[in-house]
Amino acid sequence: MTEVSMTVNGKAARASVPDNTLLVDFLREHLRLTGTHVGCDTSQCGACVVHVNGRAVKSCTTLAASAEGAEVTTIEGLANGELHPMQAAFKENHGLQCGFCTPGMIMSATDMVARYQAAGKELTEEAIRHELEGNICRCTGYHNIVRAIQDGAAKMAAG
Amino acid sequence: MYDVTYHRATSVDDAVARLSAASEGQLLAGGQTLLPTMKHRLAAPSDLIDLRGIADLVGVRVSGRSVTIGAMTTHAAVAGNAELAKVCPAIVKLAGGIGDPAVRHQGTIGGSIANNDPAADYPAGLMALGATIHTNRREIAADDFFTGLFSTALDEGEIVTAVSFDAPETCGYAKFPNPASRYAMTGVFVAKGGDGVVRVAVTGAGSDGVFRHEGLEQALSKDWSSAAVDGVSVSADGLMSDIHCDAAYRANLIKAMAKRALA
Repeated sequence: MTEVSMTVNGKAARASVPDNTLLVDFLREHLRLTGTHVGCDTSQCGACVVHVNGRAVKSCTTLAASAEGAEVTTIEGLANGELHPMQAAFKENHGLQCGFCTPGMIMSATDMVARYQAAGKELTEEAIRHELEGNICRCTGYHNIVRAIQDGAAKMAAG
Repeated sequence: MYDVTYHRATSVDDAVARLSAASEGQLLAGGQTLLPTMKHRLAAPSDLIDLRGIADLVGVRVSGRSVTIGAMTTHAAVAGNAELAKVCPAIVKLAGGIGDPAVRHQGTIGGSIANNDPAADYPAGLMALGATIHTNRREIAADDFFTGLFSTALDEGEIVTAVSFDAPETCGYAKFPNPASRYAMTGVFVAKGGDGVVRVAVTGAGSDGVFRHEGLEQALSKDWSSAAVDGVSVSADGLMSDIHCDAAYRANLIKAMAKRALA
């Protein structure tokens, strides 16, 4: 067992967990933050994407112990009283159907917007499609997801 | 995943000590290959020694044309390094094409080359750049480091600490990614040094892993152009055949990717 402590969505979280506990299992099973999903379990689908120290990572491919001392943000940590602009954009642009991939899509989307803003680069439609390489959606065909991210990026820049 | 004992190393020496004390210890770098392998129960180390707490192993240093990249530097950090992009844009492009953004935030150059996946990108880059692999014990030329499928010249208890190279006068990298895994079905890195020496390394195609292609090197030494590639005969001997494509297809991809790398 390993004692892990980290900050999740601004709150201190601490637990004693088996050493082989994945970050996604720590979030879902120990903290009951079930918004982060496990889709493929083979590190390809991106349903489990969360932010660790401000960067998008696949929480199914990260040990909880490796995130010791980290600042973790999950989909539950984005909304602040009202929906995050990216969440609102997904709702308004019909960027989801079944919704299973959506938490990972939104966490990847906010990460890419932040990175492109920091680098002063334009987040074009082509760039969004390229950036979504690690997030798989089996319903939408991606078009409305891409539109939602374009809209969400504009909302984040304005807000 | 089977049970494992997790360790967070505080220094390279600490990692070596913990590794040698473990019965079946394994170093954990970014974990983007090792953890999925463990989840599939294809690997079952008794102990994982996590290197990510060792600050000495992280960072890109560019001094003139001399480049050093710490072993625990992530692909995202290499891809986003503006100084490195000025002297060696192809390595920056290569790093930015590995996996996907979330994988690049964790995967490291040291982990990639120590694993030496036959379809990984970095082995081709480092071989074509004539890089030096630095370990806790010695320096190894990239030509001698990559010894076959998933095998390297690393000894037991030897840890990659950094890679270094002199940025060439010009270089390029192109790969044909598998549409599902994004691993290179064939990737070609071309580099021409200030001394005019041309090195061409191919990943994803060789049945014995990354290799240098002498025919392309000779042709490009005389004429650094895509027309020169047309005149080279690339044999399918020793290339991989699998469900994705056969050796003849890969032989053609070597030429096609070499041309794209030159473009």
